[in-house]
Amino acid sequence: MNSDRRKILGAAVATAVAGLFGNMGVAQASVEDTEAAIKAFAGDAEIGSGSLTLKAPEIAENGNSVPISVLVDSPMTDDAYVESVVILAEGNPNPAVATFHFSPASGEALASTRMRLAKTQNVIAVAKMSDGSIYSDKRNVKVTIGGCGG
Amino acid sequence: MYSRRDFLQFAAVSAALTGFSGGLTKVAAQQKLTQDDLLSFNSKGQLTLLHLTDMHAQLKPLYFRPPSENYGVGAFEGIPPHLVGESFLKHFNLDRGSALAYAHTMVDYVDLARTYGRLGGLDRTATLINAIRADRGDNNVILLDGGDTWQGSYTALKTNAQDMVDCMALLKPDAMVGHWEFTLGTDRVLEIVESMDYPFLASNIVDTDWEEPVFDSTAFYERGNTKVAVIGQAMPYTPIANPRWMFPGWSFGLRTELLQENVNKAREAGAEVVVLLSHNGFDVDQKLATVVDGIDVIFTGHTHDAVPEALNINNTLVLSSGSHGKYLGRIDLEVSNGKVTDYASTLIPVFSDVITPDPVMKAAIDKVRAPYEPELGRVLGKTDSLLYRRGNFNGTWDDLICEGMMAERDAQLAFSPGFRWGTTLLPGDDITVEDLYAQTAMSYPSVYRLEFNGNQIKEILEDVCDNLFNTDPFFQQGGDMVRVGGMAYSCSPKQSMGSRISDMKLISTGEAIEANKNYVVAGWASVNEGVEGPAIYDLMESYISKQASISMPKNDAVKIVGM
Repeated sequence: MNSDRRKILGAAVATAVAGLFGNMGVAQASVEDTEAAIKAFAGDAEIGSGSLTLKAPEIAENGNSVPISVLVDSPMTDDAYVESVVILAEGNPNPAVATFHFSPASGEALASTRMRLAKTQNVIAVAKMSDGSIYSDKRNVKVTIGGCGG
Repeated sequence: MYSRRDFLQFAAVSAALTGFSGGLTKVAAQQKLTQDDLLSFNSKGQLTLLHLTDMHAQLKPLYFRPPSENYGVGAFEGIPPHLVGESFLKHFNLDRGSALAYAHTMVDYVDLARTYGRLGGLDRTATLINAIRADRGDNNVILLDGGDTWQGSYTALKTNAQDMVDCMALLKPDAMVGHWEFTLGTDRVLEIVESMDYPFLASNIVDTDWEEPVFDSTAFYERGNTKVAVIGQAMPYTPIANPRWMFPGWSFGLRTELLQENVNKAREAGAEVVVLLSHNGFDVDQKLATVVDGIDVIFTGHTHDAVPEALNINNTLVLSSGSHGKYLGRIDLEVSNGKVTDYASTLIPVFSDVITPDPVMKAAIDKVRAPYEPELGRVLGKTDSLLYRRGNFNGTWDDLICEGMMAERDAQLAFSPGFRWGTTLLPGDDITVEDLYAQTAMSYPSVYRLEFNGNQIKEILEDVCDNLFNTDPFFQQGGDMVRVGGMAYSCSPKQSMGSRISDMKLISTGEAIEANKNYVVAGWASVNEGVEGPAIYDLMESYISKQASISMPKNDAVKIVGM
């Protein structure tokens, strides 16, 4: 191919799709790292399901800012409340994303945030209750190049 | 089943008037098929719902070849809409060569196109709608526009969709939803929505700051002495499939919990019938019907599937009314004691040659087109081949576009998006400006030229392939596989993401595409902001004008494995 011609044509679009492949080649936390983080948070307690609902989009519209929310079903009284919820992203370089702390004064164990997801992965929320019991919920969030829908 | 009986009656009418393909002259076909045949329907109950979707700004009658491949995976393999050609004819008991065989399949396509002529045309559709309203009573009919109405033609591009807005207003729809509409940008969408006499609904669009609703989710109607709620659902993956920067403040998504809340609210407000006007796609809505309770009818669009009758999934009727104005979808409901007790459904194929155009709509179409007529009819070239777009992996129009991009941008490879909109040209037809824009008219048309390495090329193909063949329809974004020029590959749709694409090769030399080697790629419709390069319609005008005639060889560059 004639390289001069290539340069001329190429110059017009040099910056064109710079963001397109930002998802590639990013170092990721291993599933083991995530499990270790859960273990550190939960101790030896058995992890139950239910009570905790993690909401996340099926497919991220923008991997740099993925909205998620957690809601834990709890009376939030002095006798029974949610102490904390940790959010983990299995495929990010460091799995720990956020920890939310609650008290009976919180009224409701509801929190939302936005997180960066470098690639398609599981997002995991783990809640620790005042009686030491642990609940978890998981969502797989797809991060895609996009652009070809009809 | 009654709905099936209605459908079979029409099938019999159309079958009776044809013998075998090509054996019937156009005149004879038209003498025997009548407007009354098209409208004939065993109506039910007191309420009629009409659905028009994915017109892609096509005001005039057109040819639209149905796909030869539309693979389904997982639970959706081998069932409608993933039946094509002979399998479709067999499943729906249609005779080869019949009017419905022509409307729904590509079997004997060119012969039957010459026999039965074009489908669609908003003036013909207006005639059908007027006739149904007259028959059933204006106050017993709801007309719904499923979106992808404002994009896809030369005149829609030049008028910023005002042509479609003006013509659709005459039909007096009761509500609409959107997808490509959003590629006009936030300001223009809001400007049009404020000017409309009917609501633009979206249960699943919230603002990105506070996640509060941007549009009304629901509209209520008293029709057929029944309280009806219509909830709207925009294409959930619009910000991924199309440029998010054009509507940066809006977030979409499936939002099934929010939809369930809105269904519940509609019921609490007294709705006896709840209709979802959806741009989710057919497979998505088939799954949706199993996870959201309390919806009586889903009118679905986006995937351009035309299935002749509604599916009944968990007591939710799901009707997919095709695209490009080829069909008018109809569901009649009998409602008693606040419940749907009986129904009938059909897709009415809009055979343009046997329907008298509605004069008011015809005048409106003529008016919006008048300033552009000389340009619309300007001939750029001629095709010796059938030019069409639909198909999971390629269509001859996209083969031509890939060829044009590689030649005009001096590239080794080309990528063309897997859009499902675009009309069909028959062998021997002229290619006009109008025809070219029916494939390319959109608001982010720049043709980029970039170097990608083999790894990146594979990642792109794998990513798009997973949008099409993920076994969970909630992860399917609609559209077909990205089309490629200059390369061959194998695809195994039933494998998982990362394992579907193999054997990537350069067609020119037969060499394998190497992971770390760079290749010059031209492509269009990038969702990124600031893409530079010539517009695809200008580039293709230049390319087509240089060819004596267009002849597209059979394309077997993609080898499908395991289907």
